[in-house]
Amino acid sequence: MVISKTDTKELTKKDVYEVRMHGRAGQGAKSGSQMLAEAAFKQGKWIQAFPEYGSERRGAPTVSYTRISDRVLRTHEPIVNPDVVIVFDIGLARSIPVTAGLNEETGILIVNTPQSPEAIRKITGFKGKIFTIDATGISLDLMKIDAPNVPILGTLVKATEIVTFGAIEEVIKDHFLEKIGKEKVDKNIQGLHRGYEEAKNG
Amino acid sequence: MSVTKPLTGAQATAEAMRQINPDVVVAYPITPQTPVVEFFSEFVANGIVDTETIPVESEHSAMSATVGAAAAGARAMCATSSQGLALMWEVVAATPGLRLPIVMPVVNRALSAPINIHCDHSDSMGAATIGWMQIFSENAQEAYENMFLALKIAEHPDVLLPAMVLQDGFITSHGVENVKVLGDGIVKAFVGDRNPDRYLLDVKHPYTIGPLALPDYYFEIKRQQEEAMINAKRVYLEVGNELSRLTGNKYPYFEEYRTDGAEAVIVVLSSAAGTAKDVVDELRNEGKKVGLIKPILFRPFPYKEMREALVKFAVVGVLDRSMSFGSYDPLYADIRNSLFESERKPKLQSYVFGLGGRDIFKSEIRQVFNELLSGNLDSEHHKYIGLRG
Repeated sequence: MVISKTDTKELTKKDVYEVRMHGRAGQGAKSGSQMLAEAAFKQGKWIQAFPEYGSERRGAPTVSYTRISDRVLRTHEPIVNPDVVIVFDIGLARSIPVTAGLNEETGILIVNTPQSPEAIRKITGFKGKIFTIDATGISLDLMKIDAPNVPILGTLVKATEIVTFGAIEEVIKDHFLEKIGKEKVDKNIQGLHRGYEEAKNG
Repeated sequence: MSVTKPLTGAQATAEAMRQINPDVVVAYPITPQTPVVEFFSEFVANGIVDTETIPVESEHSAMSATVGAAAAGARAMCATSSQGLALMWEVVAATPGLRLPIVMPVVNRALSAPINIHCDHSDSMGAATIGWMQIFSENAQEAYENMFLALKIAEHPDVLLPAMVLQDGFITSHGVENVKVLGDGIVKAFVGDRNPDRYLLDVKHPYTIGPLALPDYYFEIKRQQEEAMINAKRVYLEVGNELSRLTGNKYPYFEEYRTDGAEAVIVVLSSAAGTAKDVVDELRNEGKKVGLIKPILFRPFPYKEMREALVKFAVVGVLDRSMSFGSYDPLYADIRNSLFESERKPKLQSYVFGLGGRDIFKSEIRQVFNELLSGNLDSEHHKYIGLRG
């Protein structure tokens, strides 16, 4: 499977592109934010990736942030008005206002779920663009583990083109080649592309 | 040749330590300093540095071993946060009097109680009076470069004092940013080797370190320590100029950001200064005359230079990330003190923010500027930012 590198969208709309990830500890939202930032870094951007640390136990809600810009980033406030929100477990929406600050016209909501965008719209009440992807299903299928962060980055590429596949693939190799070997890295890269292809848009 | 990497503040600090390649590092891990120790230990385990690390059971022992190594003649480092700094306090307080140039990165974290792992400056502010230099870092880049600055000032023969390099816990230590890393050879040439004129392992020239000094000599020794602090202020600029040639960055006592013609100015340390710069830009675009002062060298404090900078403004708001219970907050107290000799004084307002990691938002800094411009101020009482009613 060959998907050619696409140019990243010009950051003309806002000079800082901001992504907020809501997950549960253990799902890889923190490393997802970091991989996204590092991919943008490889494309010559200024980046920030930072998590909110709470009580550190598996399954607890987590929030992590990525900023991408063509100019130096100085602010250290949490992201208030994200361009994209990624939700790793829609169950979080019951207790956390996951779409807070997300613009209803320009904002994008991406959810890890086998459900349709319409179903997510009902749950969240969000009026803007919604993408759904069964990233957990893809991860279980390919690697027998619940690690939705890589497939969901594929969906992010489809929704925004903020980073290229090539850059994310390089980051995956940087992080994991030594640790888990080529076979598993290839499966991660397959998962990344399936996150792009299997995403539903609504 | 420098290369830009995506690094956390903790990684950037460990990277600086790798390049310095100290003889001895003794550091007991404590959140949020832990990744500094983890990354550096990896360098040691992989043989990338030839530093000796000594496993110890507490911070008190960590600082004791660091002091012992430095007294023996080694270039020795430690690193800590919060409760760790509190536990090693006895030895931390002894280090300046021993005139040992130990550099210690401190990742700022709130002090117990209540127990809290997040950022504020109550740990290092408590240690601001005992003779360590303190250099504050806004971001990972500064946390990296300030290590070299601190080391070379500390080891300067006119100084020989320990130095803390501060960065904000989690916000800086655990956030990934673009960091320009100097070439290994460039750093090696810059920091050179530690060449103490006397040290315990120099058995041909035995000397005593840390002796008893009763009313006959203690006072004079402390007077010498203060002289070293006075020298440190001069040496800071000299070493800064030297480092500037390598990095292209400047190392002033404090950074003035868009203060030309400013009426209202905020003074704030570390990562919040970055957030405030964005607010200054926004308000300047709206035609408001505002600016920012970010202190970098906090000990020794540059009173005269700060006074000369501050008298130009009508209003100054000082934002402290810690309290000094029963007195003016630490940064505010120094700003207020610096103005005593001046006939013309700006109006002052003290603010407390961000205790225990409470986030500070641009909207709140904007409100502070608006309040400063409105002139509704009380220089004798602090106000709180982001405190629930």
